[in-house]
Amino acid sequence: MTNQMAEQLEEQYNNFVELIKNNYPLENISLLFVPEIMGYGANLDEKLFNLNELYEGWRIQKEQSVGLDIQFEIKPVYRRISNGEKVAIYVDEVNIKMTVEGIRHENELRLSIIFEFIEERWICTHFHGSYGLGVTGDSWAIELMKEKNHELQRMVDERTIQLQNTIHELKSTQAQLIQSEKMASLGELTAGIAHEIQNPLNFVNNFSEVNKELLTEMNEEIIKGNYEEVKAIAKDVIDNENKIIFHGKRADAIVKGMLHHSSSGSGKKEPTDINALADEFLRLAYHGLRAKDKSFNAAMKTDFDPSIGNISIIPQDIGRVILNLITNSFYAINEKKNKSEEGKYDPTVTVSTKKINGSAEIKVEDNGNGIPQKLMDKIFQPFFTTKPPGQGTGLGLSMSYDIVTKGHNGELKVDSKEGEGTKFIIILPIKS
Amino acid sequence: MKVLVVDDEQDIKVLFEQRFRKEIGDKQMEFVFAFSGEEALVYLNQHEQEAVLILSDINMPGMSGLDLLAHIKQKYHKPPPIVLMITAYGDKENHDTAMQLGADDFLTKPVDFKLLKTKLNQLIQ
Repeated sequence: MTNQMAEQLEEQYNNFVELIKNNYPLENISLLFVPEIMGYGANLDEKLFNLNELYEGWRIQKEQSVGLDIQFEIKPVYRRISNGEKVAIYVDEVNIKMTVEGIRHENELRLSIIFEFIEERWICTHFHGSYGLGVTGDSWAIELMKEKNHELQRMVDERTIQLQNTIHELKSTQAQLIQSEKMASLGELTAGIAHEIQNPLNFVNNFSEVNKELLTEMNEEIIKGNYEEVKAIAKDVIDNENKIIFHGKRADAIVKGMLHHSSSGSGKKEPTDINALADEFLRLAYHGLRAKDKSFNAAMKTDFDPSIGNISIIPQDIGRVILNLITNSFYAINEKKNKSEEGKYDPTVTVSTKKINGSAEIKVEDNGNGIPQKLMDKIFQPFFTTKPPGQGTGLGLSMSYDIVTKGHNGELKVDSKEGEGTKFIIILPIKS
Repeated sequence: MKVLVVDDEQDIKVLFEQRFRKEIGDKQMEFVFAFSGEEALVYLNQHEQEAVLILSDINMPGMSGLDLLAHIKQKYHKPPPIVLMITAYGDKENHDTAMQLGADDFLTKPVDFKLLKTKLNQLIQ
């Protein structure tokens, strides 16, 4: 092949590449292709019988390409000159990267072009674009498809394991968060618990010591035969014993409540004196806060409906809800108090119960600053908090909501007026 | 010696009467009780001329023992009554606050009555 022929062949090839890149003027395609060019492809526009149809096909492609980010990378795969150097076969790998509606697509095409030297010039008589497969002895590429199937299955398995791990991690994180919320509220109670235990212990220890002294005296009186005095001492001993039993049980209930509160196991529903539960947590929350903040002071009011009876609930869960609502109320009144003039504001938290038809209603009410209207939709969302960083987990109300609604088929309602106060109402069904 | 015991726990009255029954029987000591800081102030106002030793709890609903202590030490100058704090919170902060406010001594619950009697005797002297 002469140098001139080789140069011309290279030029036509370059023209072809420019055509693919939509840079070649379509009106010149008769210089690149023979008039009887024929071919077919995967879509309807790619079935062509002559130059006009080829032109039409390329025109559509050019129109569609306007404004698209398309990048081409062309690598030669194979070159062959044969038939007395009158036929040239060019095989290229064409990588096309295209962004359509923001999503990047990538196609790897194998392009085969046949140029023939006709009437003293190189001209394309045939071309063909297809997806290149690196296989031999596998006409339908079935083995390759099987391989791809296996690859896909492997990827699916891998992703499934990843997802299972993620789900496991999420569940464990959720459990940790719930536990940390419980622990955070337990922290708020610690000082209250200390107070509530030391007080009954004071009575248990001291009445026991008194009784020891009284029994020694009683012994002396028995020896003296002074039975009237013995009787009087015996009465005191019995009275003191009753006080020891009462205060012992009081301390026991506090410890049990604390263990219940921090337990992570699933609690069971049991008939519970809701009034006693509410009263216990009101006292614990109050003393807890009071221990932490010596300046904290508030009026605590209770109004318990004695007809409410025992209700089937998970006591540690409902206790947690009541504690959370009371703690929030104390926080709200304290905030308002700190911004109020001395003596102009009487911070008050009221806890009340009421039996209404088939339901028990527990109301926790405060005269704090209330919840701004724009935040009302968010207060039950997990991690929502208005407290400064580190002071609240933002899980209290969302957990309370789940405990009441999902755990007890009840309702948790909120009624708040900005500047006036907030009322949370727990409504629990009473099972007959 | 008259002692005013201030505590919101109602059983404190029976306990003191039992533990000091000998001293009460011998008329060495007399106890009066107030179940809140406010009630204690009412008593003190009504008995201004009376020498009294005060034993006060700290954590009470309404006026706390520390508030009561501050009030007493500011208002009753001549002579300021002896005030002994008794609390379930024996933490350093409570102790230091009480001492700064002028408490004469500080005891924690459960109360060691032998120690209390010793301290009372020391304070009276």
